[in-house]
Amino acid sequence: MTEWKRQEGEETIFRTCAWSPPGCHPVGCGLQVHVKDGKVTKVEGDPEHPITKGSLCTRCLALPEYIYHPDRITHPLKRAREDRGKDKWERCTWDEATDLIAQNAREITEKYGAEAICVFGGTGREGNNWYPQWANLVFGTPNSVYAQAGWSCYGPRMTNTAFMIGGGYPEIDYAQKFEDRYEHEGWVAPECILIWGKEPLRSNPDGLYGHAVIEMVRQFGTKLICVDPRVTWLGTRSEEVLQLRPGTDTALAMAFIYVMAHDDLVDHDFIDKWCYGYEQLVERVQDMPPAKAAEICGVPEEQIWRAARLYGNAKPSSVAWGLAVDENPNGTQLGQCLIALMAITGFIDAPGGTTLGMGDDQGNVVRDGGSISADEKVDDATDSTLELAFKNGIMTEETWGRRVGIDKYPAMGSILWTVMPDEFLKALETEKPYKIHMAHFISSNPIGTAISAEPQRWYEALKKLDFNCAADLFMNPTTMACCDVFLPIASTIEHDGMVVTHYGLNSSFYGAQNKCVQVGECKSDVEAMMAVGKKMYPDFWNRFETQTDYDNFHVMRSWLPYEELREKVTVMSNEPYYKYEIGKLRPDGQVGFPTSTGRVELYSYMYEQFGENPLPYYEDPAYGPERTPELMEKYPFILTTGARRQEFFHSEHKQVPSLRQITPYPQIDLNPADAARLGIEEDDWVEIASPYGAVRQRAHVVPTIKEGVCHAMHGWWYPEQDGEEPNLFGNWKSNINVLMPNSVNGVMGFGNTFKQMICSLKKVEGEGGPNDPDSTGIFLEPSRQAEFTYQQVWRPTDETQQA
Amino acid sequence: MTQKALYIDYEFCSGCHSCEVACRNEIECGIDDWGIKVLEDKPRQHADGTWHWDYIALPGELCDMCEARTAAGKLPACVQSCQAKCLEIGTIEECAAKLAAKGKKAAILVP
Repeated sequence: MTEWKRQEGEETIFRTCAWSPPGCHPVGCGLQVHVKDGKVTKVEGDPEHPITKGSLCTRCLALPEYIYHPDRITHPLKRAREDRGKDKWERCTWDEATDLIAQNAREITEKYGAEAICVFGGTGREGNNWYPQWANLVFGTPNSVYAQAGWSCYGPRMTNTAFMIGGGYPEIDYAQKFEDRYEHEGWVAPECILIWGKEPLRSNPDGLYGHAVIEMVRQFGTKLICVDPRVTWLGTRSEEVLQLRPGTDTALAMAFIYVMAHDDLVDHDFIDKWCYGYEQLVERVQDMPPAKAAEICGVPEEQIWRAARLYGNAKPSSVAWGLAVDENPNGTQLGQCLIALMAITGFIDAPGGTTLGMGDDQGNVVRDGGSISADEKVDDATDSTLELAFKNGIMTEETWGRRVGIDKYPAMGSILWTVMPDEFLKALETEKPYKIHMAHFISSNPIGTAISAEPQRWYEALKKLDFNCAADLFMNPTTMACCDVFLPIASTIEHDGMVVTHYGLNSSFYGAQNKCVQVGECKSDVEAMMAVGKKMYPDFWNRFETQTDYDNFHVMRSWLPYEELREKVTVMSNEPYYKYEIGKLRPDGQVGFPTSTGRVELYSYMYEQFGENPLPYYEDPAYGPERTPELMEKYPFILTTGARRQEFFHSEHKQVPSLRQITPYPQIDLNPADAARLGIEEDDWVEIASPYGAVRQRAHVVPTIKEGVCHAMHGWWYPEQDGEEPNLFGNWKSNINVLMPNSVNGVMGFGNTFKQMICSLKKVEGEGGPNDPDSTGIFLEPSRQAEFTYQQVWRPTDETQQA
Repeated sequence: MTQKALYIDYEFCSGCHSCEVACRNEIECGIDDWGIKVLEDKPRQHADGTWHWDYIALPGELCDMCEARTAAGKLPACVQSCQAKCLEIGTIEECAAKLAAKGKKAAILVP
């Protein structure tokens, strides 16, 4: 193995693993970073990395353009509160910036209590690790905020898993835990992978290296079944593509279980020993025979039989479940069905099946195995973030009890460490149950274009707070609109640290992030957190001098010291299969799964405890011909959003020339028949409207999307445009989330309309319109909250709106 | 004959564009030029319901098969970065043998 740092001529070459910034999920791809005279000259893949083996996506290949971009913020900034929305930033020192933050936080805490402060974190980034710690350990507030309506990313799947299996995150088996990979003794390739609502090649999802799927198809003949409203490129290489109507997934998944039971394609030994409630599940899915699902989903009945049989007969079989589970109010039930599909074959945690993790989760809560509630108290050796906050007098249990929205959605609060986002937005607006006075944004841009629904409401709500600050790399709509202090953050190749797939919930390997260069005065997220922490709670924070001190204390203590990991670059997890048979899943060391029955709960007592049906059921999409027939004339299209492009991570990377070149404009995919009817041609500007607002994207006319359905890209803004209000870098022009409501959630609080909304489409002239991306005008459809009542009658009844 | 060629299994080129950016990093041709470019044959459905949608990476005049890298025992930048691992380097004969073994949707490229 090559050294982590070596000299070749005038260049020093570092081996390191990537996380973020810039945004990415913790896949930990291997990099070789070439440095000359303290400057990065080139980034390439690391051929010695066990998973990526020299491959690298465009985002890391273009890292030099990103880290040395002229718009990057490389020293702290401050701005007078009255200048919010104007480009009137002044350079300041780290000392002054952190003083300002600490001073405002202290004043607000004294006057209103620490819960008047909130800390936002963006999706899947490394900052995900830190924003609950910023909240609980720096400011002593319970209110960390993931602003996506219905917490619609990963959290729902984590919760499904915690409730039914007891913890860890199920991921397809591509021999990712072993150094010798596909040669590993006992490993076999999945015969079939059911890819549900996911595009693993583009989405780099949370720890799965997507192109491993292609390796297995090519080398081992693995067959794919895709369930997706779009035929993706991977779909064209699959045995079956079930092109269902967006949002009807649960009906289809129930029909799959129906077929498996009907044909008896299940592992009865495994079910008898390790599952609970199989008979009740089978009884429940009798409500959803393939003929009925076919009608609901718009998929041929015989295809459902054929695909379910292909999956059911495969030995072994595996399930890759995606974001479509999360972005659906009926998704909690979809997740329930998919976990059942993983389990009743007997291939859960089996070679070539769907792997489970041991359940460490990076210092928010660290303990071997088992389901861990964020509220649970743990002992000294493995103190959680929360327990550290209590023990060090930074936060009281009473304050923790004031986490916004958790009284109404306790299921969400039992697994996730944040507020309930839709309820938090209402709290910001109504100042009930109490007023929020300060926000801090960690790699998060809720006024922007990636995660928040109705960003127009977040914009109005956040602008009025007393004090806001951010830790980020580039100015964005949120920082420009409402922040008073900006802390410049180091990228993944500018700081030491670690990366672990699935945030530790299912670890393939532990990877070192090795610092290669320093850019300006940038500090890592952890260094910035320590700098403010030392001014807020010095008794706790003064024990750390470097990032490594903190990592070793709080992040990596259950693994190995950072210095050791750095030398090795990657250390495989080597987690065994069949952990439930050898007592490696339960905290008490007993065999079985860490649930109350010790089994995979197909009939879920946890669902029942939180007021949800213990068995899966189908519900029509909140917006659509069944439930909003009166709206369909005006908004006749079904809109799905959020499919990823590999050159962008959500709203990021739009300013990087090599990446923007690949996709210069936002695109809405529509079927040629619809396009012809509306007189729309490729590249025309199209106005997309819902009852909540309207934006524009360019037409991409493709047969891979069904007639009557369209897909719009998310994450679009124009960093090259005027950043000042009202334009805010063109934030409102193509921002598809403007069309999405909040508070359209399932019983446990999860899900939203991001993947099943309704909309209208019309061709518009590109030039001269207020919404044209070349103009600096603003076209912000006012939120029609007041005139539009559907949101208010949605279950569960919204008492704050009625009050 | 020892002339080098690129072999591409374009059944599995996923259109990720990694080769383009990796190549540009290597040959430093600037943002408006390419040493290798990914071309798309856009999706269409055949009468029997099956789908066509192909990408292929095509090296151009600026490609010198990464002579300096291969001399140092490294893979060409495009081959190394390729996420689908569908690009390979070899002599024309070696590539032809791969092509014969694959038997479909593959090509030998000599820029």
